[in-house]
Amino acid sequence: MPAITFGLNGKQQTVDVVPQMPLLWVLRDTLGLTGTKFGCGMALCGACTVHLNGEAIRSCSTPVSAAAGKNVTTIEGLSSDGNHPVQRAWLESDVPQCGYCQSGQIMAAAALLAKNKQPSDSDIDEVMRGNICRCGTYQDIRHAIHRAAEMQGGAK
Amino acid sequence: MNRRTFFKTGAAAAGGLMVGFYLPERSKLAADTPGGTTASTLPRLNAYVRVGTDDSVTLTIHRAELGQGSVTALSMLLAEELECDWSKVNTEFAPVDPANYGVFGSKTLQGVFGSLSIRTSWQPLRKAGATAREMLVTAAAQQWGVDRSQCRAENNSVVNTATNARLSYGSLAEAASKVTPPTNAAVKDFTKFRLIGTSPKRLDTKLKVTGKAQYGIDIRVPGMQYASLERCPVFGGKVVSFDASQAKAVPGVKNVVQISNGVAVLADNTWSAMQGRRALKVKWNEGPMANTSSATLHKMFADLLEKPGAVALNNGDAAATLSTAAKKIEALYEAPYLSHAPMEPHSCVVSVKPDSCEIWAGTQIPSEGVEAAEKITGLPTDKIQVHTYYLGGSFGRPGPHVDEAIEIAKAAGVPVKLTWSREDDMQHDLYRPASLTKFAAGLDAQGWPVAWHSRIASPTFTGLKDGVDRSGVDGIASVLYSIPNMHVEYHPPEAGIPVGYWRSVGCSQNTFFAECFIDEMAAAGGKDPVELRRRLLDKAPRLLAVLNLAAEKSGWGKPLAAGRFRGVAVVNNLGGFNAQVAEVSVDKGKYQVHRVVCAVDCGQVVNPAGVVQQIQGGIVFGLSALKGGITIDRGRVQQGNFDGYQVLRIQEMPVIEVHLVPSHETPAGIGEASTPPIGPAVANAIFAATGKRIRRLPIRPEDLA
Repeated sequence: MPAITFGLNGKQQTVDVVPQMPLLWVLRDTLGLTGTKFGCGMALCGACTVHLNGEAIRSCSTPVSAAAGKNVTTIEGLSSDGNHPVQRAWLESDVPQCGYCQSGQIMAAAALLAKNKQPSDSDIDEVMRGNICRCGTYQDIRHAIHRAAEMQGGAK
Repeated sequence: MNRRTFFKTGAAAAGGLMVGFYLPERSKLAADTPGGTTASTLPRLNAYVRVGTDDSVTLTIHRAELGQGSVTALSMLLAEELECDWSKVNTEFAPVDPANYGVFGSKTLQGVFGSLSIRTSWQPLRKAGATAREMLVTAAAQQWGVDRSQCRAENNSVVNTATNARLSYGSLAEAASKVTPPTNAAVKDFTKFRLIGTSPKRLDTKLKVTGKAQYGIDIRVPGMQYASLERCPVFGGKVVSFDASQAKAVPGVKNVVQISNGVAVLADNTWSAMQGRRALKVKWNEGPMANTSSATLHKMFADLLEKPGAVALNNGDAAATLSTAAKKIEALYEAPYLSHAPMEPHSCVVSVKPDSCEIWAGTQIPSEGVEAAEKITGLPTDKIQVHTYYLGGSFGRPGPHVDEAIEIAKAAGVPVKLTWSREDDMQHDLYRPASLTKFAAGLDAQGWPVAWHSRIASPTFTGLKDGVDRSGVDGIASVLYSIPNMHVEYHPPEAGIPVGYWRSVGCSQNTFFAECFIDEMAAAGGKDPVELRRRLLDKAPRLLAVLNLAAEKSGWGKPLAAGRFRGVAVVNNLGGFNAQVAEVSVDKGKYQVHRVVCAVDCGQVVNPAGVVQQIQGGIVFGLSALKGGITIDRGRVQQGNFDGYQVLRIQEMPVIEVHLVPSHETPAGIGEASTPPIGPAVANAIFAATGKRIRRLPIRPEDLA
């Protein structure tokens, strides 16, 4: 198996795995970064969302070979100490209940806000509809995304 | 141990003061416990407060955290009485560890269910906090050489009220551990609450927004192999034979073992194990369920409804009144099996050695892991250790995953992590039971209900008493409406589909039926739905009060935006009262819920923000129950993932307004309170919009045309 190299949370990472192996399992099992969650395995729930060159992707359905030569950011690398505007807004609103889907929600929201500084409710729905929360934190998620947009604007 | 107070106090192993106490674990409410228990039924300690010499206060609880915020709320009960600095309060999940705690026998059930965390802990946790506080005060009084009455606990310190001198809890902790504990430390009257009724930040949020919270599925232990288990797709089927040659050829696959309910593939990562499992060839004996389908089950339930069932409730003479009533209406309601579908699929790590068994899992009932390990490994309980972690949701779902993982680890001889796929989770759940229920009502000449007759067919899982599963009739036999002639019957079909607790239990389907049918009565009698309920709730003041509050806050009776319609529903469950008004529009075979106004009386609110979260979450869960359903074909569940099993997503999320009724009654359960009424409130609004009744779930496009 040829080794695969990609940027991971700001450092170069080489793995020696089957190229078809989904990035999710490389992160979780091979590299021990368990902040990215397994939810459905079919890109239906968003729990496994990470950034690939800044774009939100579903790592459960992305082969690790697709990451070769690119940069992967996971929840562990989104900020040094939970200080990304999205994380701060999530903290301020106490968004998580069980918390299991929240890594994916936060990564999806961060990618949205990187592109769209002032998303409307329908912009939020369009992106966040891919992320299921069974605890039902959607109202708090929507509120926190608007707050993060404000915080991000203030930091400009 | 002081048997009168149920406390054990002394020095903590790590230094400082330790107070051990007992939190009721099942249905016994806290108020029943401290006084009335005799030595022979004395429960063992299962919770501990430690005041450290570093001034920290640590609450160790044998409770799982599955998202309901119980860790935060339970800590608040303690901190209220102990007069803690909230920033110095820590919590730990206690390991289920008989060697250290000596608390669990094999008959002890321990965990979180029935929304009991706050209900059962309300008294004992406050008592424990008060006991520790009094010991710290005594220690300070001794140090100063003054009377206790001159000392007061405040903000992690004891204050000398004459001199304003302060001693921190940390500096007093050692001395306090030697103090004789008070036999009956007084807890505060509600007028003195400083923390209870406020909304401090949850203690677990930082971990959960940085990916650092550890769930059962995140556990890794040295030398561990990853397992995926192929089970018979038909309930109850067994392995006849299997061929593992192709599975073993999959890169990363290490081993294939058979256990009692299937064949497990072990690999050096989860994905390889899943790939290996796909390459397995298993011959199954599908057993007697192989010809079961949703249609055969429907017929089984319908046939039962032709015959009288066991009587769950009989007031007056419903049959006679129905035969003479001025108007009679009938309806047949149906609800499907439902999966829990929490975001975290089942997972469990197990290491079995000749002289020990260790289990790492997120589970609602960790002590069941001890029982399973005892049975499967033959080891005594003191050689079995269960480590519990955060759960990625649960909603009532237990599971056989712990038993399976123990069997696999035992067979493989290495530590094993079993991870269920989403399909495993959806197709091998213990489902919310399906139900088919027949209703009849009689109205008098003025259109007011005078008789109610229900016959329920719904599988049982909690057992029968006089032929009735009380949780199976909850939500119908428990309605608080003043209807003079009420009769409820129950049949438990032996359907063969595994069933279990699901958020709000019997009320999840029965309140849907009952609250839609009461709306049918209102329509048949020409009454406004709120007006009818008001009149019938004359003997249920707390439920009436939340109905009135929800009606007022929603603007019931006032004009709405074009195309929007309202529906109302109420429920009394788990000691609390809930009323909801939903605002809905219907267009081209689709409905959208725009706004939900929810009024809640759950007694004394410990953490209002936590209650609002649970109310919102319960409503979302109930809205999902209008969309999804488990169907059966040839003994197999037809849904496997979130494409076939629909749940609510953010674009369907209504604005939810929660109104809490101020109260100092004993706290009621809140985690399941809001799930039952949302479905009927929406269905009743759909009726207002379309004139069509929704009597069968999930709601289908043709029901809206």
